[in-house]
Amino acid sequence: MIPLSWYLIFAAILFCVGLYGVLVRKNAIAILMGIELMLNSININLIAFWRYRSSDGIAGQAFAIIVFAVAAAEVAVGLALIISIYRRRNSVVADDMNMLKW
Amino acid sequence: MSIESIVWLLPLPPLLAFFLIVLFTNRYKALSHSIAIGAALLSWLGSMVVFFRAITTEHLGSNPFASVLKWLPTGDSWLQIGIRIDPLSAATLFFVAWTVLMIFIYSVGYHNFGQPQGDHDKPGLQPHGVTVADEHGHTHIVPSIEPMYSRFFAFIGLFAFGMYTLVVSDNLLTLFVGWEIMGLCSYLLIGFWYQKPSARAAMIKAFLTTRVGDVFMLLGIAYLYSAIGSLSYSEIFKPETLQKLALTPAIGGFLGLSAAGMIGILLFIGTIGKSAQWPLHVWLPDAMEGPTPVSAMIHAATMVSAGVYMVIRMFPLLQAGSEGGHLTAAMSLMTIIGAFTAIFAATIALAQNDIKRVLAYSTISQLGYMIAALGIGAYVAAAFHLITHAFFKALLFLGSGSVIHGVEHGVLHTGEHIDPQDMFNMGGLRKKMPVTFWTFLIGGFALSGFPLVTAGFWSKDEILADAFGNGHWVVFITLALAALLTAFYTMRQITLTFLGEPRTKSAQHAQETTWTMTLPLMILAVFAIGIGWTGISESFPVIGGLLPNFVHEFIGGTLAELPETIPFSIWPLAVSLVVALGGLTLGWLVYRNQKTGAEDPLKIALGPVHTLLKNKYYFDEIYNRIFVRPAYWLADKFTNQILDRGIIDGVLHFIARIASNVGGVLRNYFDKPVVNGFGDFVGEGIKKIGRGLKLIQTGKVQQYLLMALVLAFGAMFYFVFTFVQH
Amino acid sequence: MTAEQLIFLVVAVVTLVAAISVVTSHNLIHSALWLIMTLFGVAIFYVLLDAGFFAVIQVIVYIGAIAILFIFAAMLTRRVMQDAGPQTNSNWWLGGLIATLLFVGIAFVLINWQGFSSPAPELGNPSGRIIQLGLALVSPDQYVLPFELASVLLVAGMIGAIFVAGEKKQ
Repeated sequence: MIPLSWYLIFAAILFCVGLYGVLVRKNAIAILMGIELMLNSININLIAFWRYRSSDGIAGQAFAIIVFAVAAAEVAVGLALIISIYRRRNSVVADDMNMLKW
Repeated sequence: MSIESIVWLLPLPPLLAFFLIVLFTNRYKALSHSIAIGAALLSWLGSMVVFFRAITTEHLGSNPFASVLKWLPTGDSWLQIGIRIDPLSAATLFFVAWTVLMIFIYSVGYHNFGQPQGDHDKPGLQPHGVTVADEHGHTHIVPSIEPMYSRFFAFIGLFAFGMYTLVVSDNLLTLFVGWEIMGLCSYLLIGFWYQKPSARAAMIKAFLTTRVGDVFMLLGIAYLYSAIGSLSYSEIFKPETLQKLALTPAIGGFLGLSAAGMIGILLFIGTIGKSAQWPLHVWLPDAMEGPTPVSAMIHAATMVSAGVYMVIRMFPLLQAGSEGGHLTAAMSLMTIIGAFTAIFAATIALAQNDIKRVLAYSTISQLGYMIAALGIGAYVAAAFHLITHAFFKALLFLGSGSVIHGVEHGVLHTGEHIDPQDMFNMGGLRKKMPVTFWTFLIGGFALSGFPLVTAGFWSKDEILADAFGNGHWVVFITLALAALLTAFYTMRQITLTFLGEPRTKSAQHAQETTWTMTLPLMILAVFAIGIGWTGISESFPVIGGLLPNFVHEFIGGTLAELPETIPFSIWPLAVSLVVALGGLTLGWLVYRNQKTGAEDPLKIALGPVHTLLKNKYYFDEIYNRIFVRPAYWLADKFTNQILDRGIIDGVLHFIARIASNVGGVLRNYFDKPVVNGFGDFVGEGIKKIGRGLKLIQTGKVQQYLLMALVLAFGAMFYFVFTFVQH
Repeated sequence: MTAEQLIFLVVAVVTLVAAISVVTSHNLIHSALWLIMTLFGVAIFYVLLDAGFFAVIQVIVYIGAIAILFIFAAMLTRRVMQDAGPQTNSNWWLGGLIATLLFVGIAFVLINWQGFSSPAPELGNPSGRIIQLGLALVSPDQYVLPFELASVLLVAGMIGAIFVAGEKKQ
């Protein structure tokens, strides 16, 4: 009998860890990894709520499927960008990509 | 054309000449003088027509040629001006027309028309001569044409307009207009050579002195208008009006005078100024700075005569209130001043060396005669003397101008540096300048009252006879003495100038002047002889009844009642003969052997008195001390420096300084720091904020995200804690 | 404590440790490997939630494709001595604070929510769920539009990635 709360707390922690990674890590690829963590936590939230609150319906699942697809596409494009930037500037440190500054 | 229309048109040709010359023909000398002389001729012609019509009209005095027109609307009625030709103005018109025409013609020659332009002549200075070479290559200097030739003719044209206006007008207002125009022209013409400092001083002196008289005259006119409501002669001389004026006391009961007396005295003071009587005589000798035609016209024939004309015209007013020959206050004043001036000026004339100064003082003296005559009630005699004096005095002045020209010719020829107007530098000119000599002699004899053949005798004799006949002894003796002195100084003048031998080389080389100058002299000489015969008194022995006493009948007809003729008495005639012939003889005797460089015998005889006379009793110095210097002080020290520069400018500068300081304070303490500061603050502030805020855009994505989250959390916490109830 | 709960706790702890290691590991390859472990843990959670399909999808898509992509990218962008020095940027404290605050906030909201501690309801028709999901994704009155859009997105992403990361022709 796992209450819903456990899942939600877990998802919250995972989300916050991912957020920490996004905000703090230097390496751009590591930032993307943090984003992945956040997306996964969202998925867990969605599935948990589907299971506990509206298990007859299908909306939660459909949402989660779409999230999967989006996450995949986003990672692909993001990594392609990072590789392109790496080719140009020879660095993947996020702070070095600051040409849009004042 | 009716006679009234002709009279209206009489003043216009000279005025037109003035405008044409000033506006258009200033550069063309011949055209200018032609216009001027043409205008004078036109007016002369018109005057002759009017005069002949006038003398053939019966009872011109009671129904004169008159015409009025409405000029200014004054409430319900109109101020009317008009023309009036009664016997007095007709006679005046006669001599004015002749003398003006003669003087205009004379001016052509006087200003050396036809001569080349001078070597270094400048407008504003007398011409100094031009060097010409004759066929042998000898150069000598001859007189040069006046640079401001046309200007002269313009001014005398304007002057003639003023005089004609004065003579034909029927009311005191237009008379005063003419009076003032002549005053202006006198100013302009005395100072014709305006670069000369003495001329400038003289023009101002003339204008201001006559102004003093004019102010009082204007007061008199204003008083008259306020008392009667009209300035027209026909209104003033109605018996009821005169009666009323004689009976009402003057404003404030001034010295117990009647209104008529007060007005008379005020108007007379105008004459004192204009006709250069003592105490306002000081301008006339100085006015000799002007060219000689000016002296002739203004100071012999016309302007000074205008003063006498005015009092003769106003005689009924001056006489109002007297019964049976008793003199009114105004008349007594006139008598005193006239007689005093006559002898006073005659004494000064004895000691003058300048040929024109003698004539100037002579004019003052003769005007005194006329005024004294009028003062004792000798209306016809005064008018008669006015007419004859105009002719022979104009003749004498023009003659003196001719003499001066002749001597100047000699001065230019010999190069001597002498005053061409000093009689002690002349002598023997009768041989060199015969026409001038004979005409001058005729004029001089007329002035002295040479018996029978000269006009001056008849008019002067009449004045003396009137004085004697009415028992005014003091006046009689004074005038007789003045006549003696007149004859003496006139002969002195003639002897020194024409008789004897030339005392300087310039006099030796003098030359007769051109026909334009000698012709007027001859014509005026004819009048100087002949005009006297129109006024021979009926009761004169032998020739008494041959010619009617035209003057008495005609001019006397101007008054309401024909004045009575004085019965003949031998005494005034005898005295007159004695003083005239005696004075002439004495003058000839004293001066006939005057040598070059010798002292004036009179100086030796009179000693210190002579110095007093020569310096004109120091009146100019006295006036300078009493009036002129204080006036200058007031103007300069007080009004200019203290009042104008000190107080008014001081206040203005003070206010300006305050305003400037306030402005400065506002600028420095408010405008710059606050207003500018605010503007700058806003601008700079935004720039600084921008510069500060732009640092947010670091280009680092993670920092953006952090900022977004921080702010989002902040907002969220705010909303949670304000809106969510626990 | 039931067996379910025990399994949950063990897996949760492992997953969280792995997740933390992802974000704190110095070596990027190590982070990727820790990421794989995290994803695996999440898959197990799907199983616990009676969403087996999703567990399989998770493993295949995330671990099989995405994580491998990460490793590729890490290797392609590796430089010598790249993993030396601190791996966090200068604002790590703020990031940590934010994350903590966010967690506290979420927890706060969740605790005050009523349905927090509700138990799992009964699950009906277990075997028909996949068919139901499949039908929902393609039926016009349900979720065909997001499905198609997701397809377009994937195609676009693929083309974009190829274009961006492709070698530029010299």
